[in-house]
Amino acid sequence: MRIPGIAALAAGLMAFAAGAETVAPTDVSYTDGAVETPLTDAGGDASNGRVIVGDKSQGNCIACHVVSDLADVPFQGEIGPPLDGAGERWSEAELRGIVANAKMMFEGSMMPSFYKVDGFIRPGNAYTGKAADETFGPILSAGQIEDVVAYLVTLKD
Amino acid sequence: MNGLAWMFGAVSLVGAGAVALADPVEDTLVLNGETEIVTRTAAPEHLDGVFDEVISGWLYREDETRVMQADDFDNPGMIFAELARDAWSVAEGSEGKSCADCHGEPEDMAEVRPHYPKWNEEAGEVRTLEMQINACREDQMGAEPWKYNGGDMVNMTALLSSVSRGLPVSVAIDGPAQSTWEQGKEMYYTRYGQLELACANCHEDNNGRMIRADHLSQGHINGFPTYRLKNTKLNAVQDRFKGCVRDTRAETFAPGSPEFVALELYVASRGNGLSVEGPSVRN
Repeated sequence: MRIPGIAALAAGLMAFAAGAETVAPTDVSYTDGAVETPLTDAGGDASNGRVIVGDKSQGNCIACHVVSDLADVPFQGEIGPPLDGAGERWSEAELRGIVANAKMMFEGSMMPSFYKVDGFIRPGNAYTGKAADETFGPILSAGQIEDVVAYLVTLKD
Repeated sequence: MNGLAWMFGAVSLVGAGAVALADPVEDTLVLNGETEIVTRTAAPEHLDGVFDEVISGWLYREDETRVMQADDFDNPGMIFAELARDAWSVAEGSEGKSCADCHGEPEDMAEVRPHYPKWNEEAGEVRTLEMQINACREDQMGAEPWKYNGGDMVNMTALLSSVSRGLPVSVAIDGPAQSTWEQGKEMYYTRYGQLELACANCHEDNNGRMIRADHLSQGHINGFPTYRLKNTKLNAVQDRFKGCVRDTRAETFAPGSPEFVALELYVASRGNGLSVEGPSVRN
C-alpha cells in the first residue's frame, strides 16, 4: 500500500474492517478527481470486480455502460461511455476516483457516487422507498471499489 | 483478458445498431381505425431550448406493445375502464347519487381529463383528477373517498381518460397554478436519493437510450393510467412517480402528496399538445 504525505492523518481516520485497513468515504482524498491511495490495503480482486460490474445487485455498471468483456450479460446500457479500453484511457488512480465519486472529475456527471455517504437529497434505505436509517452506507464497500478498479485496469483495447 | 473473448465482444457490440434500435420509431397511432392520436408534436413554449418536439412514450415501445393499444379489444386497460363505466351509474353515499346523475354519460366528460391537474378556485388548490373525483364523492355524493390510487380510483381515471383520447393535453401553468407548477419543475430537476438522479437525467438528457433493459422515453404522462405488461395491471401516474423516486435509492413521496401533485402538474405540462392516450399500454 502506498502511503502519501498525509498518511499520519489518514491512518488516524482509517477504520478496521475484516482485518484490512480501509479509508472511510468521508476521508477519501481526491486530486483532480483521482484517488491515489487504495481504499483498502487488502488489494483488489479483478475477477470479483468483473462480477460486481455486471451484477444488478452490486455495481450494476452495465446498466449504463457497455462492457464487451461481459458479452454474456444481457441488456447493457448506453448512458455512459463504453468501458472497453478504460484501463488504457485512465490510470488506476483516476479509475478509483471515477468509481468512488465521478462528480469530482466530471462536474454534474449523471454517474452515481459509489463511495460517498453524505450530501444526498432524501437519501433512502436502498430501494425500499423508505428513509435512510443508521445502516446507511456507501453503495459499494472499499473492498468492492478496489475489486472494480482492479478489473477496470485490465480493460485494454 | 482472453483475446478471443475480446474479439467476440467487439463483434457482438454493434454500437450504431443498438442506438438505432433505441430511437423512437416512426409510426402512427389510430385507435379502433378511427381516432387519430397525436404522438409527436411541437414542444410547448415553456420547453424552449429543451425539446423541439415532444414524443409520446408509445413511440418508444416495441411493435407488439404498440399494436395492443390500437384496438380497444386488445388493450387490457380498457377492461378496467369498463368496470368504472359500471360504477359510474351506481348510486352511493348519503345523497343517493351516482356520477351519472350529475354528469350524464362518461362521454360527456371528454373535456375534463385533458386539463388536469387544474387549479380549483373554491378549494384554493391545484387538484389532480383523483382529488376531484374524491371531492365529488365526499361533497356531492356524501360517500367515502376512495384510496388515492386504489383500484376503484385508477379504474375511474381510466374511464375518464378513455373518453378524452385524441384530445390534446392542455394543462394551465400560469395564473394561480403557477407556483405549484414551479414547485414541480424544481422537483423535476432535483437529483434525489443516493443515486442522485433527477427526472431530467433520464427523460430529458438520455431519452432514446437504453438503461439496462429499459428504453428511456421523454417521460410524458399523457398515457396514464397505463396498463404495464411488466406487472399486468393498470398503473396510476403517481404510483409510477413513487417507483421512479424509490429507484434513485431515495425516500420517496406518497401518492397524493402535495409534492407529487406539483410534479404531476409540471410533467403533464411538458406533454401539452400530445393526445390523451390513457389507458395506454406500455411494458
